[in-house]
Amino acid sequence: MTTTTVDGSAGELAHGHHDADHKPSFFARWFMSTNHKDIGTLYLIFAIVAGIIGGAISGMMRMELREPGIQFLEAWAVYSDGPGATLDQAYHLWNVLITAHGLIMVFFMVMPAMIGGFGNWFVPLMIGAPDMAFPRMNNISFWLLVPAFLLLLGSTFVPGGTGNGAGTGWTVYAPLATTGSPGPAVDLSILSLHLAGASSILGAINFITTIFNMRAPGMTLHKMPLFAWSVLVTAFLLLIALPVLAAAITMLLTDRNFGTVFYDAAGGGDPVLYQHLFWFFGHPEVYIMILPGFGMISHIVSTFSRKPIFGYLGMAYAMVAIGVVGFIVWAHHMFTTGLSVNVKMYFTAATMVIAVPTGVKIFSWIATMWGGSISFRTPMVWALGFIFMFTVGGVTGVVLANGGIDDNLHDTYYVVAHFHYVLSLGAVFALFAGFYYWFPKMSGKMYNEFLGHLHFWVFFVGVNMLFFPMHFLGVSGMPRRIPDYPEAYAYWNGIATHGYEIMGVGVLIFFVNLIWSLAAGKKAEGNPWGEGATTLEWTLPSPPPYHQFETLPVID
Amino acid sequence: MNRRTYGFMMAMALGLSALAPSVAMAQEAAPAAQAPAVPAVAEAAPVAADNATADNAAAATPAPAFEYAKPVPGVGQPQSGEIDFQEQFTSTGNYAYWMHSYILLPVITFISLLVLALLLWVIVRYRRGANPVASRTSHNTAIEVAWTLIPVLILIGVAIPSIDLLAKQFKPAPKDALTVKVTGYQWYWGYEYPDNGIGEYVSNMLPPEKAIERGEPALLAADNRLVLPVGVPIKLIVTGSDVIHSFSVPAFWVKEDAVPGRLNEKTFTISKPGVYYGQCSELCGARHGFMPIAVEAVTPERFAQWVKLQGGTMPGETSAEAEPAAAAAPAAASAATSNAAAPAPAVATTS
Repeated sequence: MTTTTVDGSAGELAHGHHDADHKPSFFARWFMSTNHKDIGTLYLIFAIVAGIIGGAISGMMRMELREPGIQFLEAWAVYSDGPGATLDQAYHLWNVLITAHGLIMVFFMVMPAMIGGFGNWFVPLMIGAPDMAFPRMNNISFWLLVPAFLLLLGSTFVPGGTGNGAGTGWTVYAPLATTGSPGPAVDLSILSLHLAGASSILGAINFITTIFNMRAPGMTLHKMPLFAWSVLVTAFLLLIALPVLAAAITMLLTDRNFGTVFYDAAGGGDPVLYQHLFWFFGHPEVYIMILPGFGMISHIVSTFSRKPIFGYLGMAYAMVAIGVVGFIVWAHHMFTTGLSVNVKMYFTAATMVIAVPTGVKIFSWIATMWGGSISFRTPMVWALGFIFMFTVGGVTGVVLANGGIDDNLHDTYYVVAHFHYVLSLGAVFALFAGFYYWFPKMSGKMYNEFLGHLHFWVFFVGVNMLFFPMHFLGVSGMPRRIPDYPEAYAYWNGIATHGYEIMGVGVLIFFVNLIWSLAAGKKAEGNPWGEGATTLEWTLPSPPPYHQFETLPVID
Repeated sequence: MNRRTYGFMMAMALGLSALAPSVAMAQEAAPAAQAPAVPAVAEAAPVAADNATADNAAAATPAPAFEYAKPVPGVGQPQSGEIDFQEQFTSTGNYAYWMHSYILLPVITFISLLVLALLLWVIVRYRRGANPVASRTSHNTAIEVAWTLIPVLILIGVAIPSIDLLAKQFKPAPKDALTVKVTGYQWYWGYEYPDNGIGEYVSNMLPPEKAIERGEPALLAADNRLVLPVGVPIKLIVTGSDVIHSFSVPAFWVKEDAVPGRLNEKTFTISKPGVYYGQCSELCGARHGFMPIAVEAVTPERFAQWVKLQGGTMPGETSAEAEPAAAAAPAAASAATSNAAAPAPAVATTS
């Protein structure tokens, strides 16, 4: 914190004046940025680009799955494996697609958007801080992501076993990812994860330091806005979980290249050890992806209901509880690996516990609206969609939590449906809600309300049509991660693909709205939402000055 | 001889696993990691194949072929447009199905509809038009305690049958259970009956045209089925030879990962003869989607007949009478054929 103050004032002195809106030249501003709002913007642009790529990959997968048989993979394999691509290389390409889709959406879309984008933009604004605690570290956090993403994309074009690219799934399970995938593709993916992980750890340190030390005078932790709470909890999850992932994939790397046998049974290692380590990271990771969304939804619901958040303390500590319990439930991802009966019983019971704080959040959002005076602006509509869809995704999680039930559903499309309901309809709905909510603040322009609503309804219909039938495919036994399926699964797969097409139209509407609003949107006031919007960012003009809160606000 | 063939296969397996780390050590050699596995098998194959042809010539001709049953549509396989689990044919499957359909599904449907109803109510009742002035309520301890404790009680209600289900699924196999060893390979399954002296035979996916020709669902049909008796507890020992696979039969509510270096155990009893299909359920490489599981469940009598045709013995029989020479040969033969590059062997188990 001290560094920031000294650094900031020194910079201003050097420029010889105290204009809060003085911006550096283009290159210095965007490539050497130390400004939390600019870095937040970079993260959001990055997440949108990654989202387009990850979304296009899911489009390729839905095309292939539209009907039984292999329709497109062989033609596409020519681009990754060259003209003589074999059928097996086409199948391998399928595995590359599922791997890339998962890794891109998790590490390069949702996380950068939620934490890097909105976290950077709004945590300092909400807690009344001039910037993040470590502005230069903030910059390196972002710029580590770019080479990480390039490594992942580049891995598609180098050998990864049967064909080019890493075909291990986003979980990178050994031994498929060690002896099962010779060639540099998996090594590049592992390095990509290392860089993305380092980026996130640096970001987490920055958020924790900022939130603990730079809150405006009078803003105790118990007065801090819930979005800042959610990012604080998320940052701790990142800080604890990511080093475990780093260790797990480092051992993967040495198993692959230096003859160690951590995950090789023939040398005394154990493939299941990798899964324990991966899911010790992987389960908190799913909360990392959703907790900031919880924070955003709380503010949106409160703003458009014109009511304070119901049960603020319960909401904050529910997130802490979710974070803590999230660390002791990981093996529910491994129910079929041969765990003993006692272990399965424990993880069944522990996993169900998470439903309790999650329920507290759902009911508190409804109670916030109860007695309110609700206006259905675009962010609110997305928030309402989020609450219902996240509930649906949450309750199927309770089904999967039962170790005995999971024996049938594990690794089927039911699981795919479940996690897309909490992520694609949960985290992504929260992202769109937050984007519309803060777009006027970030850009100084109003978005188009009609296009925003249209975007919501088309997207809502599309994703439900895309993911709901996957529950049916799952209960009737369709395994995940297969490029072709028995005829009996054709019906629901066809409908799911049509759902994707509708969702795609929704995304197009979003981009039309985005471009139209940036170019011709009405000028936004400092607080376009009225009396319901009570957090500090709405006390500033839209967009906020380049450096805000040179005099710290005081909270009573 | 039985034992010797067994030992021979074990040696082969050990040889393969010994090769693996040395290959993994050098990055340069890494692109060839899969290559050594193939020659190793190929070298062994001619020997096994020679034995097999000799034995077959002597023994096979007069034996009546074992006819696989025709699958019944909608049983042991998915149905088009289905929205529910496949019909269950084990007691644990029935219990789990009951728990899902009569406890979990009603509970989650109720919770989802409750949340939806509350949302619709606040949307209608507290829209700005209907309620222009918002209340300032932000606390109500009673209701906050209620919506914490009631879910806890509901979850305890769910957890009790859930824990019970786990206990049932893990009930140890009785002494008279039939032990079958299942091994996952890239990309086929190996089945072995140590109790009956039947060495490992492999099961490959039938090419789709062939499956349809035989009246079986494409991508689910296999050339050699896993033959199991009904009404007899089955103890499956599941393991993987190269990467992790997962043995799964939805109609039995069975899914067990095939992990290299581990022997996972699963016990169940099939209630009705029939053909039951499943698919590999853990990503295992390029042909992960193309290594189905086909189970032929038969009456104990028919099972005994099948065992005999494989040259094996039933546990009660005196092994002196058994034909040791022929015992493992067909298995070795089919193993040899399948390991060659051809996607599936043309011969049935009884060849």
